Amino acid sequence: MNPQNVETSIGQPNTTAIVFFLAFVGLTLGITYWAARRTKTTSEFFTAGGGVSAVQNGFALAGDFMSAASFLGIAGLVALSGFDGLIYSVGWLVGWPVVTFLIAEPLRNLGKYTFADVVAYRLKQTPVRLAAAVGTLTVVSFYLIAQMVGAGNLIRMMFGLSYEAAVLIVGGVMILYVLFGGMIATTWVQIVKAVLLLAGASALALMVLARFSYNPLALFREAVAQYGPEVLAPGKLVSSPLEAVSLGLALMFGTAGLPHILMRFYTVPNAKAARGSVFYATGLIGYFYLVTFILGFGASVVLGRASITGVDKGGNMAAPLLAEAVGGTPFLGFISAVAFATILAVVAGLTLSGAAALSHDLWTHVVRRGQAPEHEQLRVARLASFGLGVLAIILGIVFKGQNVAFMVGLAFAIAASGNFPALLLSMAWRGFTTRGAVASMLTGSVSAVLLIFLSPTVQVEMLGRAALFPLKNPALVTMPLAFFVGWVVSLLKPEPEASDRFPEVRHRMHVGAEPGENVIAPH
Amino acid sequence: MSPPPHNPRLEELAARRWRVAAVLTTATLVSYFGFILLVAFNKPLMGQQLTPGLSWGILLGALVIFISWALTGIYVRWANNHYDKALDELRR
Repeated sequence: MNPQNVETSIGQPNTTAIVFFLAFVGLTLGITYWAARRTKTTSEFFTAGGGVSAVQNGFALAGDFMSAASFLGIAGLVALSGFDGLIYSVGWLVGWPVVTFLIAEPLRNLGKYTFADVVAYRLKQTPVRLAAAVGTLTVVSFYLIAQMVGAGNLIRMMFGLSYEAAVLIVGGVMILYVLFGGMIATTWVQIVKAVLLLAGASALALMVLARFSYNPLALFREAVAQYGPEVLAPGKLVSSPLEAVSLGLALMFGTAGLPHILMRFYTVPNAKAARGSVFYATGLIGYFYLVTFILGFGASVVLGRASITGVDKGGNMAAPLLAEAVGGTPFLGFISAVAFATILAVVAGLTLSGAAALSHDLWTHVVRRGQAPEHEQLRVARLASFGLGVLAIILGIVFKGQNVAFMVGLAFAIAASGNFPALLLSMAWRGFTTRGAVASMLTGSVSAVLLIFLSPTVQVEMLGRAALFPLKNPALVTMPLAFFVGWVVSLLKPEPEASDRFPEVRHRMHVGAEPGENVIAPH
Repeated sequence: MSPPPHNPRLEELAARRWRVAAVLTTATLVSYFGFILLVAFNKPLMGQQLTPGLSWGILLGALVIFISWALTGIYVRWANNHYDKALDELRR
């Protein structure tokens, strides 16, 4: 099969893309209008009142996790290097079983809006919530920067809009969702986006496989015929085992520390729905990655690598180009609109979780010592969402032209080191203390940021000098360090009030809250 | 709420849930890092094709994705059938 020529309408205003995009924005703003009338309390704003079903939350979790970067980036990586893309996909997926086994149910039973609720349950509120907010906001900021810069670049490439206009549109629409529709709107935006993305990717994969009598192996064989057997073998991605293990740890345990993922478990009515929702999410995400793998091979065989890199050196346009080649301009328009929708949904979820840390942890519990009246909490929550939305737009414009791909890996490393160890220790270890929790969260977050700064990613690739720390991803060092510091500091000075309340935590963690009971125990 | 400070049945059940969680987490770790270490240390094997078009690497990678999902399914089944039942008895 000959690679098709590079002629493409990517980057020119595409009527179908604009129609599909406007239809998506119209539909989701309609949902937001409907949701706004159902969002009258803080609990509705942050958790949709706990009324989301397991299946709905499964789709919403998948929607939060399947970013445009994973759709376009992994398809591109597979198109250009073959098998190596699968190593990434597997890594992004394996965090989900960990979330199911260790985190989902205890979190649902012990907390209210943020993961800090769980860590602070039997510890001193102010220091724990301050430290947890630092971890949450750091993770959310890096993740947001990566998404906004990605959004600006992608939309410029696909729709021919200017970078700034793209960032403004994404930020503006996202602020409308979060500000007015809160978690109810954000959840439905995620569900709609997840369905569109899964349907779009599946349709594209089917159209490709139709050329190979619906046999993926025939597609792989054609790739071998064009590029040699290396496409089915590991290439350059995993060159150092230590590097691979470190990245693997960050991906595996980072998922269990991502604030916008954790927050979703408060939207379901009980622990049973929480565990069920992760099962659905894991299945959907796993399926999505396998389909993406097919798309990558399809792009390399149908289009040829040269035409893909001719449009974008990083290969990010492989999936849209493939859509154009097998489905024509209308299908390209549909896939472009889906990618746009994907970015919108992910930034909305991130912003909402950052707003929960600002208003629930910092304002309500630290500034107002848990005594803020309901209407004030809701007002601060909306103010925080608006502020974070504006900040996302500013960061997106400030970081224009920067290589920010490493920031998602960084967000996972901070989540795995700053958030996950303290969360797990607070649920599983009686002897955990306030000082231990604060020391663990701060050590984890700060060491992860510091070692990334000293890593080859920043020192060699961005600043062009020698790296002081050898690994690109620091989780291999920082995650064990955060566990160790939390453990040692807790042992140095025990906190009897905290360990005395452990039976209460254990009871609540398994049995759940009594009906009508105050969710945050008075301190 | 003031739960009884010492409830041996709940403590037993809590310990059992953590044990199940630890075993399943270990299984996930072994399958994933097994795959990563094979990629790192035995590239020739991973590139070898079982049948034209299907290399060990692709088979095992897809398998790790499937195993991860299956393990969450096993946990959900266990929790729905055994853990929830024991909890219901405790609540009475």
